[in-house]
Amino acid sequence: MASVPHDHSHDHAHDHDHHPLKWTRFFTTTNHKDIGTMYMWFSFAMFLSGGVMALGIRAELFQPGLQVVRPELFNQLTTLHGIVMIFGAIMPAFVGFANWMLPLQLGAPDMAFARMNNWSFWLLPPAAILLIGSFFVPGGAAAGGWTLYPPLSVQAGMGMDMMIFAVHIMGASSIMGSINIITTILNLRAPGMTMMKLPMFAWTWLITAFLLIATMPVLAGAVTMLLTDRHFGTTFFNAAGGGDPVMFQHIFWFFGHPEVYIIALPAFGVVSQIIPTFSRKPLFGYASMVYATASIAILSFIVWAHHMYTTGLPAAGQLYFMYATMLIAVPTAAKIFNWLATMWRGSITLETPMLFCLGFLFLFTMGGFTGLVLSLTPVDIQLHDTYYVVAHFHYVMVAGALFSAFAAVYYWGPKWTGWMYEEKLGKIHFWWSLIAFNITFFPQHFLGLAGMPRRIPDYNMQFENWNAVSSVGAFLFGFAQIFFIVIVIRMIKGKSGIRAAAKPWDGAEGLEWTVPSPAPYHTFETPPVVK
Amino acid sequence: MSATSHAPGKYFVPEPSKWPLVGSFALLLLAFGAVGTMNKLAWGWWTLAAGSAVLLYMLFGWFGQVIKESESKLYGKNVDISFRWSMSWFIFSEVMFFAAFFGALGFARLHSVPDLASIDSKTLWPNFAGSWPTTGPYIDSPFTPMGAWGIPALNTALLLLSGVWLTLSHHAVIAGHRSKAIGWLALTIVFGVVFLGFQVYEYIHAYSALNLKLTSGIFGSTFFMLTGFHGFHVTVGAIMLFVVLIRLMRGHFTPQNHFAFEAAAWYWHFVDVVWLGLFVIVYML
Ligand code: HEM
Ligand SMILES: [Cu+2]
Repeated sequence: MASVPHDHSHDHAHDHDHHPLKWTRFFTTTNHKDIGTMYMWFSFAMFLSGGVMALGIRAELFQPGLQVVRPELFNQLTTLHGIVMIFGAIMPAFVGFANWMLPLQLGAPDMAFARMNNWSFWLLPPAAILLIGSFFVPGGAAAGGWTLYPPLSVQAGMGMDMMIFAVHIMGASSIMGSINIITTILNLRAPGMTMMKLPMFAWTWLITAFLLIATMPVLAGAVTMLLTDRHFGTTFFNAAGGGDPVMFQHIFWFFGHPEVYIIALPAFGVVSQIIPTFSRKPLFGYASMVYATASIAILSFIVWAHHMYTTGLPAAGQLYFMYATMLIAVPTAAKIFNWLATMWRGSITLETPMLFCLGFLFLFTMGGFTGLVLSLTPVDIQLHDTYYVVAHFHYVMVAGALFSAFAAVYYWGPKWTGWMYEEKLGKIHFWWSLIAFNITFFPQHFLGLAGMPRRIPDYNMQFENWNAVSSVGAFLFGFAQIFFIVIVIRMIKGKSGIRAAAKPWDGAEGLEWTVPSPAPYHTFETPPVVK
Repeated sequence: MSATSHAPGKYFVPEPSKWPLVGSFALLLLAFGAVGTMNKLAWGWWTLAAGSAVLLYMLFGWFGQVIKESESKLYGKNVDISFRWSMSWFIFSEVMFFAAFFGALGFARLHSVPDLASIDSKTLWPNFAGSWPTTGPYIDSPFTPMGAWGIPALNTALLLLSGVWLTLSHHAVIAGHRSKAIGWLALTIVFGVVFLGFQVYEYIHAYSALNLKLTSGIFGSTFFMLTGFHGFHVTVGAIMLFVVLIRLMRGHFTPQNHFAFEAAAWYWHFVDVVWLGLFVIVYML
């Protein structure tokens, strides 16, 4: 069976540097490394678009009153920022890492379904066109918040239809990607790699892929019902016809809560790879990590209504969802303590990936704690839809998922590019992001506690100071990410002058470090044997 | 790297392919076409039609290539296992898709409708009884629900029997009796098509005689969403079986090696089981 061009086989060691592949290969490629690379660039482009929207929001909120954007546009920016960041930036970033790293970690030649893999990626640009394009149609983009609640989402203009189809397409992409990942992990492991020898990143992705397959169709069902309510006269979410707008919330959050673990679990996986490397100790409590990940995933299906404490749930329901939610803190804490125990008495060095993991550890835990606060029904009834919630989920999504994505780029980047990044610049990026992040989001706790609602373009004078601080922080954070892309491009160009060894981190373990850096275009065509 | 290193093929890594890109382009057109059509824009239908054409082109091309690869014996044992995993997970995702609509039906019947008739809603809808089936408190367009024991019961029998014929066909494939397998499979498809015919008849009947429409409140919404989505799946399943039939006639399958057959059969049984759920929950209860 022939695969991608063979004419570079004459020079095996250097085939990456001058393999005859043109850039046009990306359109038809079946190579997991190409596809992983595309996922990552796509993710970064979406991160910048979503970031620009966030800065639009923050510019408007810099002062009370209306200065920068009209309220309609403000709502569109908020909605699209949320969707673009979640579906466009964070999820594809981790799928990109999975594509690049899983075959290397498992000792497989590629993903199980290499052609479908490319489709999973190429579905994303059409979805992005629909999302970004929706700003320019009559009525503008969807404006009811990323949660798409009816009745707003039923009344909105055609931008909402574009959103709905974008969600369908991204869902199809996620499902195909997940089937691919699960099959690869279950069926393409190198001989000798039993399940309990899987790298943690593979474990977390296995479970994440399961969550995706279980919940993306449910979201698809929810938005399909929105679509028929909008255009075909059904009344799923309309009380006049015996339906119920709250029903949408139930279905949406049946997807939505597992979704937050879809974002978080691969991040946990990355952190579980990096902390042992830089502590020069094996991961503490590997088996308990696996079980904790699985329990988190299972629990995530039975806690959804903690997003709905203010919708008039019966008291028994509120109690149940409160306790069930708090239960998730147990396996999550098990993970945190395992990471701490991994570092305990390790010979720790603080390279950039490790710094980002430490940042993750502190800030994600803070986000977890505010989550616990919000899980308390009586408290959440006060805090629901305030800036406290915004602060909470940015601690878990930005300082949690995004920071660990940065960590992954610094950690595996040398394997991808063949060059080390410049350590000093990486460290600057870390501290700059860390500080700017906290300037942006820490004051939002105060704003929320003081009662400032989210999703509003204007606010009472009393909130002025902290909003100004938060907006300054947001722009600082945004610039830090421009700096990040500079670092990455300099790494690709080899500006550090330091070639990456096959194993650039002395504490690292795993098959991915047995292949040269940059990883040749084809790896593990004959599976290695794991003892 | 050399081609021989994986020639016997533990793994299979396909060559670069244009089909994913073509498929994505199809979905882009389809999405814009649907948006345009639903918003009554002039270019909507054309875009939708173009998208469908490109999608068909992609499906023929892609599956055609897979079949060619399979016939050239490029797929080994490992690939077979991968196919099995992927088909199982795909069916699981479909189960969850249906779960959303069954969930909506359950929620409406057990919660929203009783709630709209409860004391809390009396000031808004004083006369709403909250019985099932219902158009809801504000839609005044009485209808007769679809009885379970006419066509739906017949359809249940049809689908269940078709499942039996399919199993007989599978046994014939395993036993190497090709013409028998073809006969049973053809019968399966005929039963599926008759099922669909009845379904269409039932819809016409619902609209013309029972005044039961998609717009008949929550009953009409859930009824047509669930049965329609199911009918779509029967159609897809029948098309899969039809392709398998043609391949069977061309002698593609051996007693040991016929996963395409099995995958289509799994799908058909899944559609079957969903129908049983529909029959009990939507028609009988
Ligand atoms: C530069 C970094 C970021 C800034 C400055 C920022 C800022 C904001 C602001 C101001 C809001 C509006 C809050 C409201 O009015 O309700 C918001 C909402 C949101 N953000 Fe971010 N954000 C950033 C990064 C991210 C990332 C990386 C993610 C996801 C992984 C994310 C996910 C969300 C979500 C889901 C919402 C809710 C949208 C909604 O209310 O529908 N954000 N963000
Ligand atoms: Cu949640």
